[in-house]
Amino acid sequence: MSNQPIIISASPHVHSDRTSKKLMYDVVIALIPAFLVSLYVFGIGALIVTSVAVISCLLFEFLIQKYLLKTTTTISDGSALITGILLAFNLPSNLPVWMIIVGSLVAIAVAKFSFGGLGFNVFNPALVGRVFLLISFPVQMTMWPTAVENNTTIADAVTGATPLGIIKEGLMYGETMTEIGSKIPSSIDLFLGITGGSLGEMSAIALILGGLFLIIRKVITWHIPVTMLVTIAVMTAIFWLLNPEKNANPLIHLLSGGAILGAFFMATDLVTSPMTKKGMVIFAISIGILTVVIRKFGAYPEGVSFAILIMNAFVPLINKFFKPRRFGSRIKSKIV
Amino acid sequence: MQKTFPKGGIHPDENKITSAKAIKKLALPKSVYVPISQHIGVPSEIVVERKVKVKIGDIIAKSSGFVSTNIHSPVAGTVTKLDKIVDSSGYKRQCIVIRTDVKDPSNFEENDLPLKKEIELSPKEILKRINDHGIVGLGGATFPSHVKLNIKEDNKIDHLIINGVECEPYLTADHRLMLEKAEEILIGIKILMYATHIESAIIGIENNKKNAIKNFKKLTRNERGIEIAALRVKYPQGSEKQLIKSLLKREVPKNGLPLDVGVIVQNVGTIYAIYEAIQYNKPLTERVVTVTGKSLKDPSNFWVKIGTPVKDLIDEVGGLPEDTRKIVNGGPMMGKAIKNTDVPITKGTSGILVISEEEAERKKSKNCIRCGECVFVCPMGLEPHLLMNLTEKRMYEKAVSEDIKTCIECGSCSYVCPSHRPLLDYIRFGKSIIKKLETNKN
Ligand code: SF4
Ligand code: SF4
Repeated sequence: MSNQPIIISASPHVHSDRTSKKLMYDVVIALIPAFLVSLYVFGIGALIVTSVAVISCLLFEFLIQKYLLKTTTTISDGSALITGILLAFNLPSNLPVWMIIVGSLVAIAVAKFSFGGLGFNVFNPALVGRVFLLISFPVQMTMWPTAVENNTTIADAVTGATPLGIIKEGLMYGETMTEIGSKIPSSIDLFLGITGGSLGEMSAIALILGGLFLIIRKVITWHIPVTMLVTIAVMTAIFWLLNPEKNANPLIHLLSGGAILGAFFMATDLVTSPMTKKGMVIFAISIGILTVVIRKFGAYPEGVSFAILIMNAFVPLINKFFKPRRFGSRIKSKIV
Repeated sequence: MQKTFPKGGIHPDENKITSAKAIKKLALPKSVYVPISQHIGVPSEIVVERKVKVKIGDIIAKSSGFVSTNIHSPVAGTVTKLDKIVDSSGYKRQCIVIRTDVKDPSNFEENDLPLKKEIELSPKEILKRINDHGIVGLGGATFPSHVKLNIKEDNKIDHLIINGVECEPYLTADHRLMLEKAEEILIGIKILMYATHIESAIIGIENNKKNAIKNFKKLTRNERGIEIAALRVKYPQGSEKQLIKSLLKREVPKNGLPLDVGVIVQNVGTIYAIYEAIQYNKPLTERVVTVTGKSLKDPSNFWVKIGTPVKDLIDEVGGLPEDTRKIVNGGPMMGKAIKNTDVPITKGTSGILVISEEEAERKKSKNCIRCGECVFVCPMGLEPHLLMNLTEKRMYEKAVSEDIKTCIECGSCSYVCPSHRPLLDYIRFGKSIIKKLETNKN
């Protein structure tokens, strides 16, 4: 026997090779396709926004842990990295750098550490950062550079509203969907991501690819994304069928704005989503309904971020009321 | 679709490296160290004194209550000591030490007894003998078998389930037994069906033991009332409650027993012990033990006398490798780590697992990222992360209302937690405190 002591510890004596770090880096990998599309669509702007967000998130996490909390730093665990990327994905590619830094500070300091750090936060940090910026700087946050093919400089970017913004505005001025239709990109363009909007909302196909990767790697389950998207589709389909001239069709709703990004990457955030499958379904249906309600009746053309944040607040309650069914609790389990 | 239980469960690497190794007979130990507490329930009472000579099968400790059972001498020899030694529980426990008489011919008697098919005893005599002969559940739970078979008038039992699942990674003792003693096991099943008047028996075997399934299917082709069920491989299917759910879709109620849903479950090893007890009047004095581990030279399965020190087994497989960091009594999921190799094999020891340096280290526990994995895999529908939190905060009452007591300690939650939280450690601790608080109250 070696001179190393024999370890006495309780069972189990084996462990699966999954670690939280691996899960986090899987999320990072899943975000790569969408990032590449944003580079293609927005060029250097996408690169600047993403790097600034990522670097400042990591830096704030490090500084807070080292100098404020005086704990060992965990910046390598991947969670701040994800927050940075997701925050960037929710910003326009021409946002002033200092605003990105402020957004990162809010995400890390307020949304994450004021609750106690990773695992204790109630709200998705990236979304808190985004919504903070949206409320504080509404003008800059809704001036979107439109897609310019092979755009390499920020300077020639043309700014305009997102498809959902165009629709909202158009309907407000009494235009019909047929009239509006010519002003927004086709569904195919939306699907591929050749359109205006924030960085990571662009390409449905790239986001879905990343989402599927996460499902295959068992980082997330299908419950939240599928339920949420189906809910949005069904709700908007009802409105659309009732009055196609006053409501955009479900495809536009699904493909533009943050629906897909939100469904696969924001609502599924492990920390801030429910812990049972039942709970996830309730959570996702609620987000879907809220999204459509906000898009249709609210002041903003977009609703996903608000919907997710609102439902984040209900997660503790959902966890309390939608517990897994305990084995042996069914009374009718007598001899059949 | 293959049968399995619907809720939770995991699939750890199986590592059944000894499944093709026929069971060997272990050489006679110099001395056996027989603990008087080898079963769930009250320890037995010692009925021998020092210097007394005993024969194989002599009662050396007597059942001392309802949930207790007799213990028999595994060897012929002389009682040298009645002493407290550290057993697999990690505590010092009363133990009967017997020095083996190497000259006594009965110690070398061939125990490969010929197959004996006719059942001669009456149901009453069968049950009495199971009681007398110290038979306990050999799957690891060591529940005295006669207690399980003590069917009351109003228990309507319609199924006997034979547990051949062996879902713990690494262990192959039951698998080998099913291959090598299939006919004996079938007779054992008939003995039990006859003694308990149960007309339907199902042998549940996980699909990673295809040869055992095939073998039994062939043997039972013309048998009525005995069915073989191939089960999807999923841990912890060997747990009684999960097995009943897998096979019959019946759910044992909370705080209930298999009897409540009309079922008796017995492990295949137990059935074999019953066969020997009834047909050959042989008490439970030996069992099959898998000695295994990736770093061992020659991992194998053995017939081992109860009371044999683990050291003897380790020597037989080529000694402890240099890099050994952990020795486990049982499988990797539910087994207990032992301090050294002086610990004796008992009725409940299904395997000895040697774990090397790189696998033994536990990773540092990190923050819970609320991923819900532990909730998804818990076969009992519990919320392990919550139970751990409640225990940490000493909120024991709340833990009870969150059903901490129904945890079967399968370890699936700890196994899967990506943050390496020691969930089961806390749950176990919480359960033990709650038990103490409750007994103090009464
Ligand atoms: S809580 Fe208990 S029953 Fe559930 S997975 Fe953990 S150890 Fe198994
Ligand atoms: S598996 Fe671990 S990290 Fe995930 S919820 Fe359970 S305790 Fe938390």
